[in-house]
Amino acid sequence: MTTYILKRFLQLIPVFLGATLLVYFLVFSLPGDPIVALFGDKPVNEAVASQLRAQYHLDQPFWVQYLLYLKSIFTFDLGQDFSGRPIAAVLGEVFPVTARLAIMALIFEAFFGILFGLIAGLRKGKLFDATVLVASLIVIGIPIFVLGFLLQYFIGVQLGWAKPTVSSAATVQDLILPAIVLGLGSFAYVLRLTRTSVLENMSADYVRTASAKGLSRFKVVRVHILRNSLIPVITFLGADLGALMGGAIVTEGIFNIPGVGNRLYRAVLSGEGPTVVSIVTVLVLIYCLSNLLVDLLYAWLDPRIRYDS
Amino acid sequence: MRFSRTSKALGLAAIAALALSGCGAGGTAAGSGTTGGDTSKVILVDGSEPQRPLMPADTNEVGGGKIMQMMFSGLVSYDPNGKPVNELAESIEGKDGQNFTIKIKKDQKFTNGEVITAKTFVDSWNFGAAAKNAQLSGSFFESIKGYDEASAEGSTVDTMSGLKVVDDQTFTVELKQPESDWPLRLGYTAFVPVPSGALADPKGFGEKPVGNGPYKMADGGWQHNVQIQLVPNPEYNGARKAKNAGVTFKIFQNDDAAYQDLLSNNLDVLQTIPTSALKNFKSDLGDRTINKPYAGNQTIAIPEYLPEWSGEAGKLRRQALSMAINRDEITKVIFSGARQPAKDFTAPVLDGYSDSIPGSENLKFDATKAKEAWAKADAIQKWDSNETFTIAYNADKGGHKAWVEAVVNQLKNTLGIKVEGKPYATFKEARNDATAKTLTGSIRAGWQADYPSLYNFLGPIYKTGAGSNDAKYANPEFDKAVSDGLNASTVADGNKAMNKAQEILLQDLPAIPLWYQVAQGGWSDKVTNVDYGWDGVPLYYNITGK
Repeated sequence: MTTYILKRFLQLIPVFLGATLLVYFLVFSLPGDPIVALFGDKPVNEAVASQLRAQYHLDQPFWVQYLLYLKSIFTFDLGQDFSGRPIAAVLGEVFPVTARLAIMALIFEAFFGILFGLIAGLRKGKLFDATVLVASLIVIGIPIFVLGFLLQYFIGVQLGWAKPTVSSAATVQDLILPAIVLGLGSFAYVLRLTRTSVLENMSADYVRTASAKGLSRFKVVRVHILRNSLIPVITFLGADLGALMGGAIVTEGIFNIPGVGNRLYRAVLSGEGPTVVSIVTVLVLIYCLSNLLVDLLYAWLDPRIRYDS
Repeated sequence: MRFSRTSKALGLAAIAALALSGCGAGGTAAGSGTTGGDTSKVILVDGSEPQRPLMPADTNEVGGGKIMQMMFSGLVSYDPNGKPVNELAESIEGKDGQNFTIKIKKDQKFTNGEVITAKTFVDSWNFGAAAKNAQLSGSFFESIKGYDEASAEGSTVDTMSGLKVVDDQTFTVELKQPESDWPLRLGYTAFVPVPSGALADPKGFGEKPVGNGPYKMADGGWQHNVQIQLVPNPEYNGARKAKNAGVTFKIFQNDDAAYQDLLSNNLDVLQTIPTSALKNFKSDLGDRTINKPYAGNQTIAIPEYLPEWSGEAGKLRRQALSMAINRDEITKVIFSGARQPAKDFTAPVLDGYSDSIPGSENLKFDATKAKEAWAKADAIQKWDSNETFTIAYNADKGGHKAWVEAVVNQLKNTLGIKVEGKPYATFKEARNDATAKTLTGSIRAGWQADYPSLYNFLGPIYKTGAGSNDAKYANPEFDKAVSDGLNASTVADGNKAMNKAQEILLQDLPAIPLWYQVAQGGWSDKVTNVDYGWDGVPLYYNITGK
């Protein structure tokens, strides 16, 4: 087990290097000089511009810039963004907000998705099953920004149940509506995945055996059906956490949430390479770690899975 | 269009009326404090994250600019109509338009207690201009003698020889050449004084700026990407005294979210109604809206370095394009009145503006004349019918796509040539091609006034070699007409000369003026006394609770 985890952590090193290199290269190849853009449509003062270029190493060739960036990571100083603030501080501000949002969305989609999926699966063909199937299809079909605007307008502006945008503190309460919007698509997916998986397991031999030997219906559902049905669902949820964090950009825009997506978008537009790479790298690491966590969860769900090499 | 009429009446009469009645130009009861309202309310308004540290001379965009204007007070400030009024200045004298003696008021202080003297100004300006300090707005000091030495690349000179301290209250400024409108510029953000601490540690200062304006930053007031909190500065005694308990700028990533907040009373003032809401906002907000022209315009710049657009044929073609655009239709249909058709190169709120400069008929829609001019140009130099004329714009912000498409269609229909919109993914790409002279067609341009003067709309954009001259226009006749204007002894004479210079531009059309900007904003039912200034920015200090 320990060797397995250690191995997985070692795998993170090439992933990390590859991701930073690739993203840095992509930002580097974006057309346009970010320093010229800082001047807006005002005259560009070359003396000032060249100093700023030197300050952000933009006058260096790609490899030098990249190596300088790597060096800055290992000295725990990620450099500065264009407003002169340490990028590490920027990360410290935006990640907690988006993490809160993504985790809330994940809890929402996992809880309701599995619950509804389980009920639908157990009552296949009944009214509830038909209703959630159609409803989930609609949710999957509508783009997230349409859902976002609709919910913001009706729940936020018309009914006044929630504020249309989050407050400065971005508290859990503020984030409920955005988290639902963010999680809705995946919720429908989890629901359908659980339902299919439950249906499959219900006709499995061991479920029939369990019922035949007189186990209570509750125990059969909990231990034999649900637990076995969760493996594909957990796999999906693990991958989804990373997707939610990186993909929150649309939701963050609609509800004006000061999170990762907003900052990343601004950094891409203004060409702040180190900021973009730092944010994306953390996102990649979160993605890898949540996948590792999922792999470890398999053993708990299904004791037949072993991790010895 | 309640406000459009005021634009022309910007003479002394309007100012006097303003002072007497306590009413702003807007007609909504804004102005002095006599109109009442709850002064204990903190006003929540929309803002955007400043792109650089908050140093006045390093701030050249609107997000930070608004904050700097409220936190600092320079020699002069502009009243709602764009007239300069003295703030720290006791007097600014310079009969020859080249040598100025500036006296400042006594006992003026920053909020940290530091006294503002003549030396404070000289040090602040020198800091802004010196290349080694890398301040984005350094070029605002370019008229001052010694700027070239201080701002040259790698220069170690950190003072301008044109600035001299006489005594604590007096300093003199020598310009490179006479510029009659130079004192008008002194209300711009780059010219404010900064405390000595700022010069020693600009970066630290930029996080927690200390100023002398009507507002100061609250403790920990700048929460990055979230909000900026300003509270009144009790010691401020100028013309822009705060009539509320503070202004908080909530930072929005998109205007639509801000508009939803406004609708549900979670935001007090929204400076600009988003394009998506232009059709409904009047029914949504009732009389809590404003529609007021300000000192900004939009143009299409056509680089003269493109062979098809140079010489006499190019000039005729530009006239043809200009007359083929139906400005009235676009401002009505696309902008729902949020723009006004342009009649010159400046803006109607400015002192000296005229809507009937000879040549302004070139900005009127006339399909027949447009076709004639195009045919004449063809006789000189044939237009390749396979060639596509492009209008470039940046697609990342500003909502330019809709009007560019409309102009494209009008040009196609009237002139029968191939025209296309050319979106740049980001603003920086567009700027890059414009500054590097690598444009392949026209590009959308526009100007927001830095200071209320006709020259600001002409010199920095159309003079030979000027920094914002995207069209790379070069016409010695125009240059001379502009410098005549700067040499004029009175502002009125100067304005006349500037409009003479515009006659040349209206024939050459290095850029095709499209429309003037109109501020369209709205506010919640919790606040009152909302009016906008000459620059399209709300007069935040005047806003009160209901």
